[in-house]
Amino acid sequence: MTLLENRSAAIPAPREITTKPRLSDQIFRAIVTVGGMSSLVILGLIALFLSIKGFNVLKVEQLSFITESKWEVLQDAEGKIAESTFGLAAMLVGTFLAAFIAIIVGVPIAVLSALYLTFYARGSVKKFLVSLIDLMAAFPSLLFGFWGFIVLMGSAEYWAKLLNKYLGFIPIFDVPAPIFERSPFIAGLVLAIMIIPIVTAISREIFDQTPLDRIQAAYALGASKLSMIRAVVIPYGRGGVVGGAMLGLGRAMGETVAVYTVLNVVYQINWQVLFGAGGNVASLILLKFGEAGPDEVDALMAAGLVLFLLTLVVNAISDILINTFGKKGR
Amino acid sequence: MTQTTIPSPQTPWATSFQQRLNTAGLIALGAVLAGVAVKTTGLSGKLGFAVSFFFIASLLIFIQQLRLRDMAAAKDSLLSSFASLAIVLTLIPIISIVSTVVIRGYQGIHFGMFANDMTMASVNDPVTAGGLLHALVGTIIMVGVALLISFPIGLLTALYLTEIRGKLARPIKFLVQAMSGVPSIVAGLFILSILVIPVTQELTGLMGSLALSILMIPTIARTAEEMLLLIPNDLREAGVALGATQWRTVSGVVVPAARSGLVTAVILGIARIIGETAPILLVSGGADALNFNPASGPMGSLPFYIWKAFLTGGTEEAYARAWGGMLILLILIISLFSLARYLSGRKVA
Repeated sequence: MTLLENRSAAIPAPREITTKPRLSDQIFRAIVTVGGMSSLVILGLIALFLSIKGFNVLKVEQLSFITESKWEVLQDAEGKIAESTFGLAAMLVGTFLAAFIAIIVGVPIAVLSALYLTFYARGSVKKFLVSLIDLMAAFPSLLFGFWGFIVLMGSAEYWAKLLNKYLGFIPIFDVPAPIFERSPFIAGLVLAIMIIPIVTAISREIFDQTPLDRIQAAYALGASKLSMIRAVVIPYGRGGVVGGAMLGLGRAMGETVAVYTVLNVVYQINWQVLFGAGGNVASLILLKFGEAGPDEVDALMAAGLVLFLLTLVVNAISDILINTFGKKGR
Repeated sequence: MTQTTIPSPQTPWATSFQQRLNTAGLIALGAVLAGVAVKTTGLSGKLGFAVSFFFIASLLIFIQQLRLRDMAAAKDSLLSSFASLAIVLTLIPIISIVSTVVIRGYQGIHFGMFANDMTMASVNDPVTAGGLLHALVGTIIMVGVALLISFPIGLLTALYLTEIRGKLARPIKFLVQAMSGVPSIVAGLFILSILVIPVTQELTGLMGSLALSILMIPTIARTAEEMLLLIPNDLREAGVALGATQWRTVSGVVVPAARSGLVTAVILGIARIIGETAPILLVSGGADALNFNPASGPMGSLPFYIWKAFLTGGTEEAYARAWGGMLILLILIISLFSLARYLSGRKVA
């Protein structure tokens, strides 16, 4: 039997194996890893270069850059810059004001829409509505701005007058002069319409991940849809929905063009949401950029840095909330 | 043999035709009562009607449920009323926006607009003068260059997250998410601060492309990552089992299998940036003449064309021009979006 005789030869000698990738793979992995770091590099560069450009202004103004509300460049007789003061507070107030109006109006509508899409709509109707709302999320902000200015403004002005008439005793609904056009209220409504599709999409995804067995357990106990949602869906999805709302807040705070078109950008602190004056940081940058001298450009860069850091923090919180509550549940 | 009859399937829990009819009747009654309320009380106008209609109709359904069943069912009906209201409130702006653009934009469309630029016309001239050729060309060039920059970076990021899955995968994912939240105007300011002011001193189409890339990379990276995750692990294991290196597996198996998904990522990236206005206004200059060279001279674009006609004009012609441009932009976005839907709807590989 040749096979038996050659048995010793049939067993190969033990050999070394290694998990070390080949050279081609090492190169591949290196390239992909470098490419993967690009987001880190870009975000770092944004923070770095905006800080470098804004450094001079920030050094002079220090903390008053975000606490004072005076944005002035005074020129002397020869047109040279005599004195300049940069304080962002009024626009920061405006940014938060418009964004909070957007959240207060938009988030309830978006969450209820998401509930409708997840638990009421069926089949092709559901598919159609979902694509329509996703499409709306892809509309450019320019479109929302113009539509807000041309179409929404008339109705929104009327609603603002009603609010003022019946709730005018509450300080924020009071107005110093009866100018209701181009107010933070209307800008907030436009922003609300812009964030509704985003918040709806995220809430819908979160609601979709509710464990089916818990839903069915609730139904088996005789729960109505309302009590099922209150007992199962809301506790499960609360964090994720808050995260989605924060994402909407981030979008609303950074919005430029829509706010610029709808709002009457005036540099003053305006708490009275129905009065036609206000602004936000992004629209200030767009407004002032055209005629800004070198010094003012630096100040605008610093304003951009503040806006960047603000949206970064809001987005970070939203991301953490969505990921902790969205994937694992309670 | 006894004849056994198999009962046809029943769905006793489903809403019956009678119940639907009752609800429809109550809603109609609500509309009538709301009309009466508008006529007789202080409520007036469309808003008054809409508000009273909603409250009266949901109250009627609430009472009916309470009468026929119990408090729990009545409360449940309130939730469905409010959810329906919410979806209607979400849909109203979409319908209003699309119809406004179509109706107003229709007047601003003529065939000459695809053959002319705005060098010989001002925004206030009749809409038949001039056109948006320069804007269309500028947008295509800027988006194209942005795509050339963003696609490799976005794909590499997605590959890092799905194929390498290194220690940094979680933080990178977080950073990509954070990057997608960068306000568009900050992207413009960044390009100004890093390139335009210290280096080139010139506003060009290329600067516009770079600013747009910052907004495009996260969209491409996130969509591509989702698409690569859909590729079954069996394919990767099969590639490796055949003795292929990771590089050969990814380039020969994984990426080709995800091809249509990657095309979807590209299309969604384009749809994300094609209407971006703020960075374009800051860094691309904005021209009225045709410019094929992204590296020198200002470049026009659709958003800039619309912006200029809308803000510097003020006449009916200028508005018609702006809405015409908007209609073209919206058609582009809707076709890109539908294409992406169609491609991602097909089965992967």
